[in-house]
Amino acid sequence: MMTSGMFQNYFLPGIWITIQVTVYSAALAAVVAFTIGTLRTSRLWIVRFLAGAYFEIFRGMSALVMLFWLAFSLPLILQWQLVPMYAGVLALGLTYGAYGSEVVRGALAAVPVAQREAGVALGFSRAQRLRRIEIPQAWPEMVPPFNNLLIELLKGTALVSVIGVADMTYAGNLVRLGSNESAPVYTLLLVLYFAMAFVLTRGMRVVERVAKAGVGQADPLTFRRTKATAPATTSGGAR
Amino acid sequence: MTNDTSRANGAELVRFDKVTKRFGEVTVLDELDFSVATNKHVTLIGPSGSGKTTILRLLMTLLKPDEGTITVDGELLTHEQKNGKLVRAGERHTREVRKKIGMVFQQFNLFPNMKVQRNVMEAPVHVLGLDKDEAAQRAKDLIELVGLTEHLDKYPSQLSGGQQQRVAIARALAMRPQVLLLDEVTSALDPELVAGVLDVLSDIAHSTDITMICVTHEMSFARDISDRVLMFDKGKIVESGSPEKIFSDPEHDRTREFLSTVL
Amino acid sequence: MNWSWDVVSDFMPLFWDGVLVTLQALALGTLIAFSLGLVWAIAQRSRFAFVRWPVSAITEFIRNTPLLVQLFFLYFVVPEWGPSMSALTTGIVGLGLHYSTYTAEVYRSGIGGVPVGQWEAATALSLPRVRTWTAVILPQAIRRVVPALGNYVIAMLKDSPMIAVIGALEMLGEARSFSNATFTSEAYTIVGIAFLVIAYPASLLIRALERRLALTS
Repeated sequence: MMTSGMFQNYFLPGIWITIQVTVYSAALAAVVAFTIGTLRTSRLWIVRFLAGAYFEIFRGMSALVMLFWLAFSLPLILQWQLVPMYAGVLALGLTYGAYGSEVVRGALAAVPVAQREAGVALGFSRAQRLRRIEIPQAWPEMVPPFNNLLIELLKGTALVSVIGVADMTYAGNLVRLGSNESAPVYTLLLVLYFAMAFVLTRGMRVVERVAKAGVGQADPLTFRRTKATAPATTSGGAR
Repeated sequence: MTNDTSRANGAELVRFDKVTKRFGEVTVLDELDFSVATNKHVTLIGPSGSGKTTILRLLMTLLKPDEGTITVDGELLTHEQKNGKLVRAGERHTREVRKKIGMVFQQFNLFPNMKVQRNVMEAPVHVLGLDKDEAAQRAKDLIELVGLTEHLDKYPSQLSGGQQQRVAIARALAMRPQVLLLDEVTSALDPELVAGVLDVLSDIAHSTDITMICVTHEMSFARDISDRVLMFDKGKIVESGSPEKIFSDPEHDRTREFLSTVL
Repeated sequence: MNWSWDVVSDFMPLFWDGVLVTLQALALGTLIAFSLGLVWAIAQRSRFAFVRWPVSAITEFIRNTPLLVQLFFLYFVVPEWGPSMSALTTGIVGLGLHYSTYTAEVYRSGIGGVPVGQWEAATALSLPRVRTWTAVILPQAIRRVVPALGNYVIAMLKDSPMIAVIGALEMLGEARSFSNATFTSEAYTIVGIAFLVIAYPASLLIRALERRLALTS
């Protein structure tokens, strides 16, 4: 039977590693998503093309193959070895960042044209419009799809065990080998992942509520549908 | 064509020279010449699709003309001099000249993610570089002018359409533009809210020396604030004159016909 | 930079074996995902709570946990009290089961998108339940979700290398055993490029499908 010692010695540190890998890759993915996503709306075709190429390459790529490549091929090319955990973070962050860039691009495209025009009429530059008008309004639209991506990313972190990062899944495999009890080990592992996904989803709901309040869509009691408040009523609309 | 005030004099603030705008096959404006003098209030009337709104959108650089040039305050808006040659204006040049123009939209286009005061402050701070306190004071004054002081801290979605439009007017004025463009500003409002917005605008028209170019279907408002009324049809000016003249004694059948449908 | 074309040509026969296994896993996995997903979707619209509830719970659980751990579970736990399956079979079942929980959501939204009037019309005509589903609802629902289903086939393709971890010799598995035996790394690059070469045209195809669907509906 699996003992509490095994849990403390292997699973607990593994949980911590899984959390770290999730947080680091999510941070990297967010940076990539916003950078590539906004570049894909650029007026210059070459910028759009390069950002689009990045998206296509990472969207077509298998995260696990990317991980193997970063861990085993790249060191031979560069003559320089990445710490396995960072190879994992890099592979996950770059891949999920590409998916996220599509979310950012789509949400920006869903901001009503009238908002861009109002920005022009007030003399904002393109960068100012993006930062002060378009991104803040697109943000609440991005949160639910970002939540889905975050769950996918969390599940994706299990892959790093394959290149020897001692995350939860790695710990599970070790304990199975040590105790020869596979049913309780993998059941526990699945439950742990499910619990983490649950917590993340709850957290993102809060983020979503705050985001909606930040654009004045929160309070249904004071919300009044006037004849033409198009921007305020299109939440969850065109996607 | 009647060009009563488009003679080249120093007081000319906005000028269109042979401006043509097409949407695909449709020619919306056809070699239009037209000008507005400083401090004057000009109203454009005419059936829908006659190109009135296009004029405002061209001035605001939301559209680019296919041919012709537009001049604002002696500077070309659509073109710039580069190495001694006249070329299409770049983003930087456009932005510089555009600062002289403000616009109020039919659908208000307030920023839903910002409270009322922030809507009004945002551009003065980040475009004109005003410091926050000064911009806040300017915003408060203007919001008071449009009678919404108690709504400073609300989001646009918490206001009625009429209130939103008054905020939009304050927001445009906060940039201290030389020309204010009003694009059917009451068309999206419920009838009982129209008067409040028009009162604010006629106040501004009578108490400031801002130049206004206005597209509207509210003929009594046009009569009240305008120095000159232009009747448009099919991308051309059919007739132009003082409001008294146009509304009581139009020369053209087309004008008479149009007025009989809206008055 | 070390790159040897000799290594590449040594690897190529194994690579093609791997491609075959990958495509086989993908085809069979898709078959399971598409059919099982439909079962889940219909079960979740059942009149009986004791059907809806467990199905929702199980699909939710599978969708929110890693495929890799599920593969371990199927490979190491299930044989303790059930059938023992080869690595490839386990992988196919795992892929199909995991993705069936996604396709179930796709079917559900497709079914939900069929106008209420269609159900009412079927009732008004006293169509039997099975007939209502097979002749009225599903044909309308599935047509609209074909691109979404296609996207999950591509996602499944990209997840298929995971079955190498339990020992199935698909593309990545071949690359790994070859690289470990020869102390080289070119094989991973080849496999990476292979994924792009397969996935990009496939995603173009799906986008074309989406556009056609948007035009005709």
